[in-house]
Amino acid sequence: MAGNFDLNQPLMGAGLESPADEEGVHVSFSQLIAEQIGESPDGFELQQLQRALNDEDRDYVGELGSAFEYPGRGLNDMEGEDDDGGETDPQDGLPWSSATLKILSSMPSRTIGRSRGAILSQYYNKTLQLRRRGQSRSSLRDFSRSSRPTIRGYGMEVDTTDGPESEMKKKKERLVNNLQNLSVGERLKMLRGMPVSVAEKKELRRLTLQKDKPPPSSSKIPCCSQLKFYIIIAARHSWYSWLSFLHSLQPWQFLFKRIGGRFGTGVLSYFQFLKTLLLFNVFLFLVTFAFLVLPQAMHPTELPVGVRTFSGLELISGAGLFTDTVMYYGYYSNSTLQKSCAREHNASASTDHDCVSERLSYNMPLAYFFTIGMSFFITCIILVYSMSKSFGRSFRIDKSYSILAMKVFSSWDFRVIKKSSVELMSQNNCTQLREILAEVVQKKEKNGGCQALWRLMVHGLAWAICIGGTAGCVISVYFFSEYMHQDLQRTSRQTNTHPLLKEASLLALPALVSLLNLLLPSLFSLAAWMEEYHSPSVRTYVALGRNLMLKVSVLAVLCYHWLGRVAANPSDINLMCWETFVGQELYRFLIMDFIFTLLNTLFGELLWRLFSRNVLRRSRNPAFDIARNVLDLIYAQTLAWIGVLFSPLLPAVQILKLLLLFYVKVTSVMMNCQVPRRPYRVSQMTTIFITLLCFPSFLGASVCVTYTMWSIKPSSSCGPFRGLRTMFQAGKRWVQELEKNNPDLSVLARVHAYLVENPFFLFVGAGIFLIVIYFYSQVVDGQRKVIELLQEHIEEEGAHKKYLISKLQNMHESKKRIPRRLRSQDSGC
Amino acid sequence: MGATASQLDTGKLSEYEELTFLTKQEILLAYKRFDKLVPKEEKNRIDYRVRMEDILELPELKFNPFKERICKVFSTSDKKDGSLDFDDFLDFLSAFSESATLEIKSHYAFHIFDFEDDGTLGRQDLKQLVNCLTGKADKTSLTADEMKQLINNILAESDIDKDGTVNLSEFQHVISRSPDFVSSFKIVL
Repeated sequence: MAGNFDLNQPLMGAGLESPADEEGVHVSFSQLIAEQIGESPDGFELQQLQRALNDEDRDYVGELGSAFEYPGRGLNDMEGEDDDGGETDPQDGLPWSSATLKILSSMPSRTIGRSRGAILSQYYNKTLQLRRRGQSRSSLRDFSRSSRPTIRGYGMEVDTTDGPESEMKKKKERLVNNLQNLSVGERLKMLRGMPVSVAEKKELRRLTLQKDKPPPSSSKIPCCSQLKFYIIIAARHSWYSWLSFLHSLQPWQFLFKRIGGRFGTGVLSYFQFLKTLLLFNVFLFLVTFAFLVLPQAMHPTELPVGVRTFSGLELISGAGLFTDTVMYYGYYSNSTLQKSCAREHNASASTDHDCVSERLSYNMPLAYFFTIGMSFFITCIILVYSMSKSFGRSFRIDKSYSILAMKVFSSWDFRVIKKSSVELMSQNNCTQLREILAEVVQKKEKNGGCQALWRLMVHGLAWAICIGGTAGCVISVYFFSEYMHQDLQRTSRQTNTHPLLKEASLLALPALVSLLNLLLPSLFSLAAWMEEYHSPSVRTYVALGRNLMLKVSVLAVLCYHWLGRVAANPSDINLMCWETFVGQELYRFLIMDFIFTLLNTLFGELLWRLFSRNVLRRSRNPAFDIARNVLDLIYAQTLAWIGVLFSPLLPAVQILKLLLLFYVKVTSVMMNCQVPRRPYRVSQMTTIFITLLCFPSFLGASVCVTYTMWSIKPSSSCGPFRGLRTMFQAGKRWVQELEKNNPDLSVLARVHAYLVENPFFLFVGAGIFLIVIYFYSQVVDGQRKVIELLQEHIEEEGAHKKYLISKLQNMHESKKRIPRRLRSQDSGC
Repeated sequence: MGATASQLDTGKLSEYEELTFLTKQEILLAYKRFDKLVPKEEKNRIDYRVRMEDILELPELKFNPFKERICKVFSTSDKKDGSLDFDDFLDFLSAFSESATLEIKSHYAFHIFDFEDDGTLGRQDLKQLVNCLTGKADKTSLTADEMKQLINNILAESDIDKDGTVNLSEFQHVISRSPDFVSSFKIVL
């Protein structure tokens, strides 16, 4: 019989007599495919099926056909409760015949992943497209006959009579040919991205490189493109070594793996966010160190008053000994620093230094102004770039919402490797699936009016509590800061107060603010506990919103206190240098925040764990509250950004703080916490955090700094901007000087005047941006419509497919019935 | 490091680096780990295939419910027994690495979830997938009604051509809209 039918054996062995005989019946594809893969490892070709369908006489499917004539024969119910144990025709519940199954199983949409031939063809077409894009006009010679469009671009040919082996070889050759003609970068990308095994890729690469050595005879490639080829290879090699070097530098790789293995990707994202912040601070520190601290340190200014002694309080209060050092604004000189060779000249050293050499001068005020401005600008660009990249990844154009499918397909976190965590995750998955299912079903139910009113009242009450708490916080900070201000005024007039006491009293305001920051989120979560939300994500967003509201209002009041009260009348509290004072305040706030976080982590979480285990008798440790911890990080970073202007070494403090915090948090999480129970959409939350870092946090800090530079008068006796009307004047003065020295640069000065001082230009720029954004949103709308149309189109095609297959099946069965009838008539006689 | 790295010279290392998404460090680490699984007498053979049972003992896979499917999918052995040689092992790590493209990950994810190996995700495949997600314990598995409802909803959401199964393109379509997939489909040695 036909060699194609190795599946004969089970049929004949079973001796199919009755339809209830299960063994020979094909109700699933796996049997079929296993057998057919055994015979032709290179996938299915259309002509094989053609032959199969043509062999009508020797078609054993006919035997089966009788079994399928009787609908609902119980062949479907082998699985018990499931009604779709096998592939059935959804219209009349008849299972497909074997021939139909064969055709269905060889459909391109089902074989694409398994059949190497199909993958090669697909990639052949991809490389062809790339080639065409690279070349302006390809000669007809390059087009092989198989590049005509077919279903899904497979390039399947029905008119060759070669066996499967040579067909595969040809495809490979064509693919290799295409690969050779691509550029090196694209070739590598294509090879890497092909979903075939490494052994296969090695073979392709070998073939590609083999033919690469001798230059093609008909090529017009000049010799310098070979040089370019080698340069590219060398550059790529060095890029890889650089990446490997960076990779080996990753200090926390092992820790990240442990945390991810135990807690999953959600908790890991907090630590990755911490690492990102650390990198921002390292960048800021390097810039300020190189351009501000180092030059000033090399040219120390004279100290105004007598020597102060070191007392331990400096580390927390930032005042005392630290006041007149490079740490604060007040130390920086307002003149051009020059290397004075009189002091440093060494008799034995031969130097050619000119005593009044212009080249070695360093304009400090200008450097200060531009360093701060540039670092903010670069940070802004980096933030906006990462925010938009993150947003682009999580934003989807089409509105259709497939939460369940997405959840089922992408919720298994492969990173988790610890057994107990895996079990917990499975439990969580079950709960979450149930919740989402209930959510989906519940959308169809309508709520009773009374229930809705009650829920509204509860929500209103919770919001009232939260807003009341926030307002109470803000008012208390406002009045307390006013009280401290007056207290300072009083003590500054007296001369017999102990300086240490004075410094210690300055710590009161930061301590209060940190305490409020610690306690109020717990109040918010208590209020949220009594509310019930439809979906867990709404709950997370509401909690995030409330915490954000608290932190933004507290920061706003503090900024008013510093810039509105202290900076406006510095003589009230006997301050020579208000910028140094504000810098010290920010230092104090950072340190206090750090101390309170440490105490909370070390003691609070430990105590809460003991409490919940022993008193509340819960079987699980408390969950790590990712949102709250990330907001704390963002708050601290905002303080650091506001403070860079007043204290250039503040990023260094922040770096040390973040490093310590990292290790403390890791230890605490390992000891006290658990995989979070609530579903946590990692990439959405990461997008939100980066957005929060950019918008309220960085924007607020830069508005604060810009306001300070633009409108507030700097102190007249200290700092690089003394004597100017505003800090901004430094830049303007420089431009005016340039203009004076070089009349040709007056154009620059005029441009500068127009751009920066004339608001009209800003309005026009903003208007153009808005128009561009509007155009893009219209494009997105149009794409959405196209996606809807395409989905309808695919549904129609699916309906066509079903129609054709059922017609095929009917045709096949009607053909079987005629000879069987003849045969039974023969046997009957 | 010298003894093991001698079998993996720089030429091969850069070849592997070009063909997979792994960095040199990761390939060397993979080689070290793979070498541990090879018994002493076979260490000289280049293309030795480690049995599936030994691969399943790796701590990264031990408690993963998809471990057998992973071995079967990445194995290129003729006997279809799930054994992996070093190339297959690198293939597996590359697909699960940080820099692998969404296309590669979704392609392999589809085949891992295709328990019946028929090229699409039918109802049985989806049922087994959900069972793997929710674990084997009784109290964490869904009831039959819930399962049916769930599978109906999944098919309604993702089966665009309405043939009752989710094929590769439909799967990739769903995955492309799910931003969490790339971050959760990762294994680090």
